[in-house]
Amino acid sequence: MANIRNFSIIAHIDHGKSTLADRLIQYAGLVPERQFRDQMLDTMDIERERGITIKSQTVTLPYTAPDGEEFELNLIDTPGHVDFSYEVSRALASCEGVLLLVDASQGVQAQTLANLYAAMEHDLTIIPVINKIDLPAADVDMVREQMEGELGLDSDLAVLCSAKEGRGIEDVLEAIVERIPPPSGSSQNPLSALIFDAHYDPFRGTIVSCRVFEGSVQPGDVIRFMSNGAVYRVEEVGIFKITREPRKRLSAGDVGYIISGVKTLSDTRVGDTITLDSKPTDSPLPGFKEAKPVVFSSIYPISSDDYLSLSDALEKYKLNDASLVYQKDSSVALGQGFRCGFLGLLHLEIVQERLEREYDQSIIMTVPSVEYRFALDDGSTVVVDNPQYYPEAIRIRVAEEPYIKASIILPERYMGAVMKLCMDRRAVNPRFNYPSAGRVEIVFDMPLAEVVFDFYDRLKTITQGYGSLDYDLIGYRESSLVKLDILVNGEKVDALSLIVHRDRAREWAVQVCDRLKEEIPRHQFKIAIQGAIGGKIIARSTVNAFRKDVTAKCYGGDISRKRKLLEKQKKGKKRMKMVGSVMIPQGAFVAVLRSDNE
Amino acid sequence: MNKRELPGLYIHVPFCRSKCRYCDFYSITSLDLVPEWLEALEREAVLRKNLFPVFGSLYLGGGTPTALMEHEAGLLMECVRRHFRFAEGAEMSVEANPDDVCREKLCFLLDQGFNRISIGVQSFDDGELRRLGRRHTGRKAEAALGLVMSSGFDNVSVDLMYGLEGQSLTSWARSLRRAVKFEPHHLSCYQLTIEPGTPIGRLAEEGRIVPIDEDSEHSFFLFTSRFLTQKRYIHYEVSNFARKPQFECMHNKKYWNRAPYLGLGPGAHSFKDAVRWSNVKSVSEYCGKLSVGEPPVCSREVLSSEQVRLEKLFLGFRTRAGVDLSALGSMPDPAPILKQLEKTGIVRVRRGKIVPTLKGLLVADSLPLLF
Ligand SMILES: Nc1nc2c(ncn2[C@@H]2O[C@H](COP(=O)(O)OP(=O)(O)OP(=O)(O)O)[C@@H](O)[C@H]2O)c(=O)[nH]1
Ligand code: SF4
Ligand SMILES: [Mg+2]
Repeated sequence: MANIRNFSIIAHIDHGKSTLADRLIQYAGLVPERQFRDQMLDTMDIERERGITIKSQTVTLPYTAPDGEEFELNLIDTPGHVDFSYEVSRALASCEGVLLLVDASQGVQAQTLANLYAAMEHDLTIIPVINKIDLPAADVDMVREQMEGELGLDSDLAVLCSAKEGRGIEDVLEAIVERIPPPSGSSQNPLSALIFDAHYDPFRGTIVSCRVFEGSVQPGDVIRFMSNGAVYRVEEVGIFKITREPRKRLSAGDVGYIISGVKTLSDTRVGDTITLDSKPTDSPLPGFKEAKPVVFSSIYPISSDDYLSLSDALEKYKLNDASLVYQKDSSVALGQGFRCGFLGLLHLEIVQERLEREYDQSIIMTVPSVEYRFALDDGSTVVVDNPQYYPEAIRIRVAEEPYIKASIILPERYMGAVMKLCMDRRAVNPRFNYPSAGRVEIVFDMPLAEVVFDFYDRLKTITQGYGSLDYDLIGYRESSLVKLDILVNGEKVDALSLIVHRDRAREWAVQVCDRLKEEIPRHQFKIAIQGAIGGKIIARSTVNAFRKDVTAKCYGGDISRKRKLLEKQKKGKKRMKMVGSVMIPQGAFVAVLRSDNE
Repeated sequence: MNKRELPGLYIHVPFCRSKCRYCDFYSITSLDLVPEWLEALEREAVLRKNLFPVFGSLYLGGGTPTALMEHEAGLLMECVRRHFRFAEGAEMSVEANPDDVCREKLCFLLDQGFNRISIGVQSFDDGELRRLGRRHTGRKAEAALGLVMSSGFDNVSVDLMYGLEGQSLTSWARSLRRAVKFEPHHLSCYQLTIEPGTPIGRLAEEGRIVPIDEDSEHSFFLFTSRFLTQKRYIHYEVSNFARKPQFECMHNKKYWNRAPYLGLGPGAHSFKDAVRWSNVKSVSEYCGKLSVGEPPVCSREVLSSEQVRLEKLFLGFRTRAGVDLSALGSMPDPAPILKQLEKTGIVRVRRGKIVPTLKGLLVADSLPLLF
């Protein structure tokens, strides 16, 4: 056990975590050169297409130190995007140390700080790494200064590397074995293993990823999930070496997987402790804080016949994404579905895409919302994350919306533009810090609703990628809210309703109407789109009818060809939802919140 | 079985004297292959003669049936009469090229039993005709029509085309007026479809001609309908107009009503009992297969009930007869869609039928997608 090291690679988005993981995997010779591909651990198609990590990935690397000593390194590559911070926090719970990467040209960014704090909370050893030193714009001295000033780290301890060019990899490895302590714990103690991830395999059932803190586990053992007492016989244990590799046993200090024929999906909970049924531990591990969703949206099957299949898919999906929360929901326009909570808009998009790709679901997601609070005239308080349940206006005494403390780090030269963006989004009480030369940190109080939708993209555009944002919820504040209804051809579409601040209502209404006009295809007839508050129309747009769509000839020899064409078009329409007499494309509901900035 | 449901017989004459620049019908210009083709056709007729006991219509199309020499056409009709029976009052149509029309030819066709003739005029404007690659001139077309109208055919149809390169609404109106002057019993007015692989299609691909835009298509279509309706023609299908219901083309209506039909000749299509099949599009292959007693079929499909449903919809929406409400089959609830389509003047629902309005005919292809 003295020769095991468990660590995560953490950083702001795009600072090179997965690329560094690539170099470490190659150094360990884990995959034959011709099977190697960049960002090896980004195994999902969406990750590769978007060039970002979404899921944490574990891999065990053999390493022989220059003095000949052999180590086993358990590396967890984590995502950098703030929407996937729950993945990071769970990875940290299975480690003794982290590599904190900082891009030598970008410097310290908002998630560098956020991830550093998370690692410190877990009491982990932190190895600062300055990456991308090969870039012409790399400024190592500046980054060192920021590390000292903004992170409070000893910059002399920073390891320099270029993950892309493979420079400094030995230094990184040496730092890992030298500085990160080996795991403590004893394989003689009762088993205590933390489930930090899981996924469903159609052939093997649930496969759990765990970190063994105490004791050991091997095939044939009967294990118990401590949160619900479910017991299973272990079929296989092993470690991750890109693919699963079975082992005789997992012992204290190891990170690996357990397969035990778990067929009841709900038995497995990420954060739960696994112990032995015959010799249980008395105290479960602390587990994880529940993910706190900030954005809510409902998922409906496009065809209402697929409700059960969606329900099953969500349950399986949830195993692999512990940050998703959901419960049953229904809508007049869309039928039966699920209300889901997400960590952000990107998270929402990823869930949608993964459900479609990995679970073959055709779904619609409704307009996202945050969670509002209303004090009513009878003294009760209701929490509403779904505009459908917006209370009757006359019954509302006090309306409140969630506020955040937003911290934006940016080069000084963008300050004017960013201030304007924030003020447009109802930011108040700005505070300024000047952590290092040329850089500003602006801290605002801001309504969460103004940030979750497209603030991040706007910020990145305005600052040409140099601005970064982090935020914490700071509670509810009184606000003047209204419910904006959207009428399509005179009919209210509940799934498009939206709770907004009164002062911004018109702006939102115009935006939603304009976006829908772009999203909804032309029909045989004109489609009127209206935004209304309590029956009063405040914005409108029109989708014009198409004027001609008919072929000149259709005789004996044309019928098959024509029918095939229609069949193809019909398939395309499967991705639309018929609401009344109007086909609304699947993506329209979420798209309405995105302003066109370019 | 009433006449409407009786099968139709189509014979494809795959020969033309020259190829028009927009045309993607299967036809060749090697007229020397006619005798061989006739022999093969006889063989195909023998293979198929028991498929249907009696037909409600014959349609001799192409290609250019009038490109055949008299004795060739005579042999062809002899073959038809020998192997197939027609119901009393069956419609017997033949397509004719204005260039081929003369008094003798018309007498011959009448003698052969044809009672309906369709003249491929396309346009009366010489510039337009040239650009289309047609053989005849506007004058020739007028002369031909004059002859046909006085020849004894009491059901004459004229084919015209609009949406041509460089054609204005005025020039289209002029062609229409010149056609209507002859008071033909029936008119087919087609918007030019630019087909890939044709000379005009290639020009369009290269961007050397620009297809008309949707707004102009819309104006041409409405103008045509209004113009002819005012002249008391019935606009009974997207591109077809008849002076009286009895002049609506019985044979073509079989396609839209999904009545069965048998097609003979290369490239011809057939339909019987939810099976659609088609012949090879090659005279030599057609002759080759038949010479060894093989059916010249190249594709065959059996329709599922969903496909039948879709066909009923898209074919029905092309005609003023419309679609039976029962043809919608099992779908969630058509009422909101129908209500919306009625409200916006696309269809009318009455007596168990969904009937497209003029505005509805204009978007007929999109309607089946709603149900
Ligand atoms: N020039 C240079 N580019 C690098 C280096 N390391 C990574 N990159 C590039 O930076 C981009 C992001 O790299 P990733 O490894 O995907 O970054 P990440 O931190 O894993 O990103 P997320 O997982 O999305 O947070 C890619 O285009 C890499 O090629 C480096 O050392 N030098
Ligand atoms: S005459 Fe008719 S079939 Fe022959 S090429 Fe011209 S349009 Fe085509
Ligand atoms: Mg990554």
